[in-house]
Amino acid sequence: MKKLVAAFVVISLLGCATSRPDPAADALVVSPDQLQRRQLETRKYTGVKEADLLAASANLLQDMGFNLEESETNLGLITAGKTRGGAGMGEIIGKAILWSFGIPIPFDVDQKIRVSLVIRPNPQAKAADEFFVRVTFQRAVRNSFEHVSRETLKEPELYQKFFERLSKAVFIEGQTI
Amino acid sequence: MKVHALTAIPIAMIIALAGCESIPARVLDEGDQTQLQKRSYQSRVFDTADKQMTMRTVIATLQDLDFVIDKADLTLGTVSATKFNGYVLKMTVSVMPHGTKQILVRANAELGIRPVEDPKPYQDFFASLEKAMFLTAQAVE
Repeated sequence: MKKLVAAFVVISLLGCATSRPDPAADALVVSPDQLQRRQLETRKYTGVKEADLLAASANLLQDMGFNLEESETNLGLITAGKTRGGAGMGEIIGKAILWSFGIPIPFDVDQKIRVSLVIRPNPQAKAADEFFVRVTFQRAVRNSFEHVSRETLKEPELYQKFFERLSKAVFIEGQTI
Repeated sequence: MKVHALTAIPIAMIIALAGCESIPARVLDEGDQTQLQKRSYQSRVFDTADKQMTMRTVIATLQDLDFVIDKADLTLGTVSATKFNGYVLKMTVSVMPHGTKQILVRANAELGIRPVEDPKPYQDFFASLEKAMFLTAQAVE
C-alpha cells in the first residue's frame, strides 16, 4: 500500500517538473551561415516607391496562391500563408503497397507554408528610393501519423525564382546584396 | 499504520492534483521569478527616439535569426514572430518611448509549451539587436 502511495507521489512530482534542459538554448544566437542566408533572402531595389514595391509583392504572393494574413504598411510588412497537399499520388500508392506487406511508413498529409516579406529603406542610401526586400519561407508538414515537422525553407532556387518574379512585377532588376 | 486502499487512493490523487499549478497561476505565469526579474533580462534601453527605425531594425534582427514575422503594429509598437527549427519558438518584441530621448525594447519568448525564462537567449537577442542598431543596449535602471 505504501508503495502505491509513494508511486502516486512520484508521478505527481514528475507531472509538474519545471526545469528541463532547454533544447533551443542557442535559438537566438546568430548562425554561422547567417550572412549567406541574408544574401539569399534579400534583394535591393532602386528607383521605386516603397508603396509600389509592397503592392507588387502582395500581388505576387496572391499569384502564388498565398492568402494574405497580416500587413503593416508603415513597417513594410506582409505575412501570408497557404495549405497544400503533402505527398504525391505515386508516393501514397507506393507506401500503401509497403503497408499491405506490413511495413507502415507514414506519408505527408498536408503542409502549411508561411511567408513574411519585409521592405526596409536602405539606411546607407543617399536618396530615399532604395529598398531591401527580404523574404523568408517556412513550413509545417503533417504526416499520416499526425506528426508535424517544422522547418525554415532554405532552398536557394526557391528564393531565386521568387525574386525573378518580383523583379518582373516591378519592372526593375533586383540586385543581390 | 494500516492504510486502507480505498482511502489511500483518493489521498494520493489529491496530492497529485495539489502538486500542479492552479489555473490562475498558469494563465498569469506565476513562476519562481518576480515580474521585476523578468523585466530586467527581457528589456534594454537604446539612445534613440526613432520608434519606426527601431521597429524596422527589430524586424530585420528577427529575420536574421530565421523568424517569419507574424504581425507588427507601429502604433502599438509590437512585433510578433515565429521560428521553426524542429521546435516552435514564438517571440513578441515591444518598442516604447522611455522618457523623451530613449526607447525601451522588451522581448518575451515561448518555446513549444513553456516560457523562455533563461536570461541567456535574451542576451543573445539583444547582442544581435545592438549590432544592427549601431547603438549600445543599456540595462533598464
